[in-house]
Amino acid sequence: MSLANQIVNLLAALLLLIAFAMLSQRRILTLIKLLAWQGGALAASTAIVAYSTGQPHLYFSAGLTVALKVGLIPWVLHRLIDRLNVRWDIETLINIPATMLIGIGLVIFAFALATPISQMASVFTRSTLGIALASVLLSFLMMIVRRKAVPQVIGFLAMENGLFFAATSATYGMPLVVELGVALDVLVGTFIFGIFFFHIREQFDSLDIRHMEKLKQD
Amino acid sequence: MNLSAGIAFQVLQSVFVVLAAPLLMGWVNQCRAWLQNRTAPSVLLPYWTLAKLFHKDAVIARDASPLFRLTPYVLFGCMWLAAGIVPVLATGLPFAPAADIIALVGVFALARVFSALAAMDIGTSFGGLGARREMLIGFLAEPAMLMTLFTAAFISGSTQLTTIVDTLAHRAFAIYPSLAFAGAAFLMVLLAENARIPIDNPTTHLELTMVHEAMILEYSARHLALIEWAVAIKLFAYMTIGIALFMPWGIAAAGDWSALPLAIAALLAKLALAGAALALLETLLAKLRLFLAPEFLSAAFLLAVLGMLTHFLVQA
Repeated sequence: MSLANQIVNLLAALLLLIAFAMLSQRRILTLIKLLAWQGGALAASTAIVAYSTGQPHLYFSAGLTVALKVGLIPWVLHRLIDRLNVRWDIETLINIPATMLIGIGLVIFAFALATPISQMASVFTRSTLGIALASVLLSFLMMIVRRKAVPQVIGFLAMENGLFFAATSATYGMPLVVELGVALDVLVGTFIFGIFFFHIREQFDSLDIRHMEKLKQD
Repeated sequence: MNLSAGIAFQVLQSVFVVLAAPLLMGWVNQCRAWLQNRTAPSVLLPYWTLAKLFHKDAVIARDASPLFRLTPYVLFGCMWLAAGIVPVLATGLPFAPAADIIALVGVFALARVFSALAAMDIGTSFGGLGARREMLIGFLAEPAMLMTLFTAAFISGSTQLTTIVDTLAHRAFAIYPSLAFAGAAFLMVLLAENARIPIDNPTTHLELTMVHEAMILEYSARHLALIEWAVAIKLFAYMTIGIALFMPWGIAAAGDWSALPLAIAALLAKLALAGAALALLETLLAKLRLFLAPEFLSAAFLLAVLGMLTHFLVQA
């Protein structure tokens, strides 16, 4: 196994660890920091894949990841929670140890799902596909078990990170045009979510998603 | 390797561990005192404490059963046995096939059961409280510990600790993400099992927050000395398990006298580093609420399981 491969594996493991750390995190500020770290790990692994396969467009996507996911989006989120004044501890639907156990189950499921696929693939990063899938599923779980809107959006962004990593590990990344489009979509999405937050709070005096269910009863 | 040399190594290692364990305790205490801007006690203080306790007359509660008197000896014996199994100075010791990693965890569990029983034997409220808390922490820490050891066992293909260490010490350099996970999990288990901060405070005088100390409140003199000594050996054994699994370089093979000085020097250096790191961790962290202990230990379990899964997926 080459050194580049080992480092990519290590970064993949780090990505998985950060996904679990986000799942178990109670504070929004730390959650945003973890999101930035996840972006950093993603960018580093993309850059290493770019270096070892000699595909220049992956350098662009690594740079894009650093600029957007380490710099801009965490900054926007920081601004948002400052403006919304939501530094409270996050409420979860299920207690955290139980969430973690469900997470382990998801990881096993993802690994079982990815093993036959990665055996067919010929790229050298194929073994990290399972981890990418697992972090997508874990971000899904995070969106499901969180009650407030901001952590759900962070879960959504983390899911995008996982998908990006899956693309890099399965096919050495998507074409540059697609990547640019996705990056822009995520950025625009973040801004739109920001506007949504203000609307939700204006309407319900809270960012708790449960209040939105009451509309059906009225 | 001939048998007599192996036995000589075994005896040497067992005696070395028992004699050096209080020194490690003293070193950790000294480092912690430095970090907290206190005047540090001598490194040799644990030895003086043990000597003082051995010279005192034991006081035993009127209602104590023989179990209460027996427990300190069982504890000391279990820890000494564990210290004989773990490859501290050399691999391939004649004692090593007696127990693999699962039996080793069992030896620690036996010691825990006895100390919990002895704590409840007297019938004081603090004893019962400490015993219940200890069992709560124990049953959460054990699976995490086993999973951690299994990760290393999968990499080397054996549950014998000595084979694991041999494989890991003589492999070509490679980054093992699974071992990194297992190492983090092992550190958390080490803190919990040895009653260190953040799970328990070994220097506390407040009975309501005690876990391990509450169990041994009724002991005095030689019994207390044996228990304190066993605690020191336990910390030593856990640290050497950690060293054996995650940084086994420099360990000797049994019967190889020429490699022994290097093995001792490497071990002492690693232990000094590990002890200082433990003191630093204990200074940085605050004690967790008891009800957060399950969360801490389930995180350790999670890390250990992730390590094992990562090993299966990326084969590293």
